[in-house]
Amino acid sequence: MLNVVWLLLLVSGIIVAGLNGNIEVVTQAALGAARDAVQVCFNLIGIMALWLGIMKIAEKGGLINGLAWLLRPLLVKLFPGVPPRHPAMGAIILNLSANVLGLGNAATPFGMKAMQELQKLNNDSKEASAAMCTFLALNTSCITLIPATIIGVRASFKSADPTEIVGACIFATSCAMIIAVSLDYFFRTYSHWGRK
Amino acid sequence: MFMSILTAVSRWAIPFLLLVVPVYGFCKRLPVYETFVEGAEEGFYTAVRIIPFLVGMMVAISVFRASGAMDYLIQALLPLMQKLGAPAEVLPLGVMRPLSGSGALGLATELIKVYGPDSMIGRMASVMQGTTDTTFFVLTVYFGSVGIKKYKYALITGLSADITSLVASIYICNLLF
Repeated sequence: MLNVVWLLLLVSGIIVAGLNGNIEVVTQAALGAARDAVQVCFNLIGIMALWLGIMKIAEKGGLINGLAWLLRPLLVKLFPGVPPRHPAMGAIILNLSANVLGLGNAATPFGMKAMQELQKLNNDSKEASAAMCTFLALNTSCITLIPATIIGVRASFKSADPTEIVGACIFATSCAMIIAVSLDYFFRTYSHWGRK
Repeated sequence: MFMSILTAVSRWAIPFLLLVVPVYGFCKRLPVYETFVEGAEEGFYTAVRIIPFLVGMMVAISVFRASGAMDYLIQALLPLMQKLGAPAEVLPLGVMRPLSGSGALGLATELIKVYGPDSMIGRMASVMQGTTDTTFFVLTVYFGSVGIKKYKYALITGLSADITSLVASIYICNLLF
């Protein structure tokens, strides 16, 4: 799936640029993006280190297990493949809470921690587990109570009411989340990927 | 009132965590600083590990976008969007949203600047930008950090959520504003 998408993006881009006679755009875009990707990761290093450091303290102090205990009934339903007391549960909760609060830069480190814990249950396979797919379905469609960046943009262009779009955002994201979770359940239960 | 509470919560959340977690750990007699460093080291390696995955994905998306291939996709989707009641101007943003976070923010800002934040186009752009995450970025980074190469159905699920969110944004804006 991903191999095909990746190849399609590249091949269609190169063909279109070639036919339009501006093939040099491809070179610029490719080299520029490669540099940007490293920049993105570079910017992540400090934030990742900070949050995973704080999380380690919370984890060793038992704080995360306490949090996971509170939400266990819901998590057990969503992640039947993960043992209820597994550290992955705590990391998943922290990631989703950070997303809901709009703390994007705290959400990513927690999310990666969750993936690492899920990967331990996945026997270090190269293939995604069902729990990982469910987690990412929740994550990519997660409700943000305060979409701070776009509110900021609206305010900077003198909107009469920069926050008026919040309700609409929550509605649209809720629809997306319902579809994502239902589809994930469907694939996990009935598709050839899920039955393996 | 509700909004100001929400804003206060998001403003206080990080300082609160930075205060409460170390103090709590100290009360539990943990060597807090050493524990922090131990966790921080993992963060460093994780950030470095995702570089190859992100380079691969960002290069492909960037070539797709810069070459003009994305514009053809937008042209092909246009009649469908107009049936849904969306102005043609917002479609590029809808296509960009799952591909690139910074690209989408740039397009949304441009639309808000040109048409005004309180116009229909400005509001639709705001709502589309304020919903769902950048699917390709999240999948690349999260799966990349643990070396997963086969995503199974995660991409289909994520993109379906993006399409749902696009359609729902158009619907709710037409209804509310």
